[in-house]
Amino acid sequence: MRTTEDTFSSVSDVIERLRGVDYLSDAAIAGVVFLAGKLGKPILVEGPAGVGKTELAKCVAEISGAKLIRLQCYEGLDESKALYEWNYKKQLLRIQADREHESDWATVESDIFSEEFLLTRPLLEAIRSTEPVVLLIDEVDRIEIEAEALLLEILSDFQVSIPELGTITAKQRPLVFLTSNNTRELSEALKRRCLYLHVDYPSLEREEEIVRVRVPEIDEALASQVAKVVASIRNLDIKKAPSISETIDWARTLLFLGRNEVTPEVIGETLHVLLKYQGDIAKARKDLGVDGPTHPLGLKRP
Amino acid sequence: MQHQKLRNALQEWGPHAMTTAADQRNLFDSFQGFVHELRAAGLPVSMTENLDAMRAVQHVELDDRESLKAALGATLVKHHGHQKVFETVFDIYFSLLSLGVATGESKDGEADADGNMDQFMAAMDGGGAMGEMSNEELAQMLMQALMNMDQDMLAQLAGAAVSRFAGMEPGRPVGGAYYLYRTLRQLDADGIVDRLLRQAQETGEIGDGAYDERLAREDMEHRVKKLKELIEAEIRRRLVADRGVEAMARTLRKPLPEDVDFMHASRDEMQQLQKSIYPLTRALAARLAQRRRRRNRGQLDFRATVRHSLSYGGVPAEPKFKHPKPSKPEIMVIADISGSVASFARFTLQFVYAMQSEFSKVRSWVFIDGVDEVTRFFEESDEIAEAIHRVNTEADVVWVDGHSDYGHAFEAWHKQFINEVTRKSSIIILGDARNNYHAPQSWTIAEMKMRARKVYWLDPEPTGYWDTGDSIISEYAQHCDGVFECRNLRQLQKFVTAVVDAQ
Repeated sequence: MRTTEDTFSSVSDVIERLRGVDYLSDAAIAGVVFLAGKLGKPILVEGPAGVGKTELAKCVAEISGAKLIRLQCYEGLDESKALYEWNYKKQLLRIQADREHESDWATVESDIFSEEFLLTRPLLEAIRSTEPVVLLIDEVDRIEIEAEALLLEILSDFQVSIPELGTITAKQRPLVFLTSNNTRELSEALKRRCLYLHVDYPSLEREEEIVRVRVPEIDEALASQVAKVVASIRNLDIKKAPSISETIDWARTLLFLGRNEVTPEVIGETLHVLLKYQGDIAKARKDLGVDGPTHPLGLKRP
Repeated sequence: MQHQKLRNALQEWGPHAMTTAADQRNLFDSFQGFVHELRAAGLPVSMTENLDAMRAVQHVELDDRESLKAALGATLVKHHGHQKVFETVFDIYFSLLSLGVATGESKDGEADADGNMDQFMAAMDGGGAMGEMSNEELAQMLMQALMNMDQDMLAQLAGAAVSRFAGMEPGRPVGGAYYLYRTLRQLDADGIVDRLLRQAQETGEIGDGAYDERLAREDMEHRVKKLKELIEAEIRRRLVADRGVEAMARTLRKPLPEDVDFMHASRDEMQQLQKSIYPLTRALAARLAQRRRRRNRGQLDFRATVRHSLSYGGVPAEPKFKHPKPSKPEIMVIADISGSVASFARFTLQFVYAMQSEFSKVRSWVFIDGVDEVTRFFEESDEIAEAIHRVNTEADVVWVDGHSDYGHAFEAWHKQFINEVTRKSSIIILGDARNNYHAPQSWTIAEMKMRARKVYWLDPEPTGYWDTGDSIISEYAQHCDGVFECRNLRQLQKFVTAVVDAQ
């Protein structure tokens, strides 16, 4: 089995290469990604919505030249959607076609339960792939606690047991990312098998850099102001703090409107890009001492 | 013995740079001490995780603190809420630089007390040149470093400030808080923000609008916070050098957020708890909804069964059922908000309201010796925190003297509201039942029980204190469906789960 040990040479290697695909990590993020490669363990990434958890998996796939296979979790996800399923229809057709040849049941059985009739789902696909793979199990907190058991075998041994076929072991060890928005506590068994990474809102300096990387046209002063205002808003006691993607959207909005300075008026006009609850917007207006938009749509001609 | 087992499991353990067996031994022991301390602080670290951590540290440079921290954190800490405890313990264990050597030294130092003292005094001296400065010069340089956010300079100055102002005495068994307080007071840390702001305004770096000032103030506060952290780390480093790792870890051991006692929580701890309310209730609500959905399956869903039978060639082999929507309980909270239990009552009210969506209706009353309904505050404002503030300031709860009188409060409540209690309502009473020797009037509770679905009592005192002094909890308990000790978040969570489940 090919391992992931040589994917990255050092922590700074991870940081550099991630930067190469416009993902700004920090020591903690890169450190855990590096370790995951060395130890061959899955990473469980937790944190508020919109801090780049899914993006991290995508970018790691990109820099390691691996194929990204994604399993989106939802309530009611089961084996047949996550691991594999037998192709009933094809099996039925096969049985019917076999009638004329009058083959005995044992032959038919070994025939219809062969790989030809197996529909692979993301987890099995990740294991059977011959090329390097990054497996992303997204929003794992959405599946029921019982369904977590589906993941345990694959996460610790990188194998899948199919009763009719036996155990399928991985040809290469995929790098696995699990993301969670923490809507429920994951089981200890799952957590034990993973490295844990909590991604929080970025520090002021990191966010400023992110804005500059993702919105290259922006000038330094504006990027710094944007980061400061967003950090200040996150400090307020609000329902949903602005995510990184909302920060970027806001920076783009400012550029689009031709504003090159963040003034209270500008914030008042564009606050709805950052905050999505009316209560939050009102609160931020009050606390920052800015007025609401004069135009009902919040857009004034520049 | 456990060490031996671990070592066997890891066989040739040791970071590549480590050569001598003794060094490895020391290092291994200090890592195991670290894991042991995490467990003592309440973190559930399993054997597998311990093994993973030991494997992980072999891949990092030990003098790279951040990487080491990331490696240990990723393998040992699997709850975000435990991060703070982890960080404190990490700082204590790995505050001495160049880890392998330092642990070796401190082992020798224990045998030789004088050596330890020398090391300590050397640490006390602080950076040589800085010893010559006057206090004013130090303050001036500090301001300058803060303005430019010169990290190295700040670290050095923090060291100098600790040497000068903390007045640390070797061997004194105090935690760092006292030294931190002394240093910060001498530096006038609270005043620094204002001075920085003034300076920035004079040089014209910031405008003078309210909004500009707010942003600048936050910026400065952020910087001063960094300085405080540096000073704290410096003090901790010196304390560890003086007293050894284990003693410090014991002194600074703090409960996990879920184990913090409501009655004795510090302001910081309370704020931490407040922050955890919303994510916690969300997680709890999701779990409860799931459990409710799955518990009862209802009638046969004919349509779904027929549809599903298609995959069995028309044979309805797998019957499908409808999921009934169970009715949500109605909650009535009656809370004592007199001094001693106020923070508990406020917190629990906040918690219950954050879970509103799980109940069909929530009504709440607060009392001391009089009683007042406060449901309106929660209905009128979107923010729970604001509502709680109004409860504190506007609720009319004093009848005679503002000392708890459960008897009178219950009687008054009974008179006004007993007719509104139905079989759907669950009543939750919050308080320590310290009645100041007034008449208990426990018949009111008996009548609540007759009408309501359930009556629960949450007492923030440890069970050992119940019925001591003026506490008459047993008097009321005989009429309740359950009386629970509720001193921390863990117990509160358990209770809420039980109540919603029992419906």
